[in-house]
Amino acid sequence: MKPFAYLRAGSVEEAVDAHAAHPGARYLGGGTNLIDLMKLEVERPPVLIDVSRLPLEGVRELPEGGLWAGATVRNSDLAAHPAVRDRYPALSEALLAGASGQLRNVATTGGNLLQRTRCPYFQDVTKPCNKREPGSGCGALEGVHRDHAVFGHSRHCVATHPSDMAVALAALDARVELYGTEGRRTVPVAEFHRLPGEHPERDTEIRPGELITGVVLPAATAGLPSAYRKARDRASYAFALASVAAVLEVADGVVRRAGIAFGGVAHRPWRARRAEEALVGAAPTEDAFEHAVDLELAAASPLRDNAFKVPLTRGLALDVLTRLAPRTASPA
Amino acid sequence: MDGPHHETGTGDRARESARPTGPGPGASGGGGALGTLPDACRSTTTLRVNGVSHTLTVDNRRVLLDLLREDLDLVGAKKGCDHGQCGACTVLLDGRRVNSCLLPAVALDGCEVTTVEGLPALAPPEDREDGENGGDPLHPLQRAFLERDAFQCGYCTPGQLCSAVGAIAEAVAGHPSHVTDPAAPSGEPVPLTREEIRERLSGNLCRCAAYPHIVEAVEDVLP
Repeated sequence: MKPFAYLRAGSVEEAVDAHAAHPGARYLGGGTNLIDLMKLEVERPPVLIDVSRLPLEGVRELPEGGLWAGATVRNSDLAAHPAVRDRYPALSEALLAGASGQLRNVATTGGNLLQRTRCPYFQDVTKPCNKREPGSGCGALEGVHRDHAVFGHSRHCVATHPSDMAVALAALDARVELYGTEGRRTVPVAEFHRLPGEHPERDTEIRPGELITGVVLPAATAGLPSAYRKARDRASYAFALASVAAVLEVADGVVRRAGIAFGGVAHRPWRARRAEEALVGAAPTEDAFEHAVDLELAAASPLRDNAFKVPLTRGLALDVLTRLAPRTASPA
Repeated sequence: MDGPHHETGTGDRARESARPTGPGPGASGGGGALGTLPDACRSTTTLRVNGVSHTLTVDNRRVLLDLLREDLDLVGAKKGCDHGQCGACTVLLDGRRVNSCLLPAVALDGCEVTTVEGLPALAPPEDREDGENGGDPLHPLQRAFLERDAFQCGYCTPGQLCSAVGAIAEAVAGHPSHVTDPAAPSGEPVPLTREEIRERLSGNLCRCAAYPHIVEAVEDVLP
């Protein structure tokens, strides 16, 4: 690890000002990914700005019916929060499907969104990686890429985003709240992470020095049936080979709203817009789910060794959707 | 083991003792030697470890695990992977289980740490077990590990113990896990079935695969 200076920010404004004053600085939340990457010297920040004690904690009710979850809320606390469990079950399930008890006790909401890919080429500074070292090439494209993307990848990068939480947030139409020198703004989680294109070094739409202050869960998906299912190489404590988060609203025998996102298959949570469009207005039948999911999967372009992810994702998506459908179809 | 930049106290009277020069103990890659380090790259931090307050000036790179083992000579917590993947370094931070290998000590100023050495003191005196052959007292879970033969080489054991103590507290506080029925009522204690114990301890790897006996030992001490 390279030596670094450490600053503890007393306020959001102070943190952002400190970042502007220290080029190359990184914000420190729980550090469960950042410190690991610093040990690997993938990250070599000259300055860490500790934002873990900023007043960005807790989960608050919003006047219009949604929830605000602070950037420094630990993953375990967010997963256990009664309002999250009751109104946005997919989010709680996704958080609990990720990492270990120890890591969830430390990892923060903001840091979870900003965690980096676990692509082995990215994590090994002796290997080519366009995300870590733009222009050095992609080792995974023709190398070991069983765990990599099947949607939206480019010849510059085939990495996936590793978060479970972000997949649920994307399906639930949550927004990321950001604060920077240009002020406050919010971005849909589904549009926060980028596809790699020619610039895989940019994971997200965050601007230099911007700080995540929280996430906003909308009233529109509150209380709707939602769920998360994840497939991995072992029963627990592993990243997703593929995962699916879905929220489904059915009224009068017709799907009124569908939010579906795939995890572990793209550089960002893959919002299945084609499937959603096909479902809205249709009856929530098995045939309709198959038709919709297959429409989405038609856009998949697997690599040499990860074609298995397409039928895997299909099975997960159909399971989650059929699980949600009867619960909505039957009158309360 | 106290270096020139380390002061210990049993209460809040421990004073900051920042001496920015001179090599400290444990000059390994984790950042022990302070001699050639710029001032900006070290900080003074106060931690309460197993009930004793320590104020140390450390290289900012110092993670809690290295501070415990090399500066405080508390070698119970083990360095397995050093990347948060094996759980051997698990300790309790403000009562919650964490991987000490991923926590910069400077970010923990004012925090309370319990290592495996401090576990017996967490148990109510009436539940504390006498040690083997007149040794130190044991936490009931340590006694259960002995009785159930829940380890072979023992390297992962301190982490397993701290993790299980933390996991039991989480379940009592109503924290769900991946295998908890999503319909289970929020906020109520979660009964720890074997499936729950296995899931909740999945962040602690055991190279000897002593898992079945670890699960039994944990079952023995459930509230």
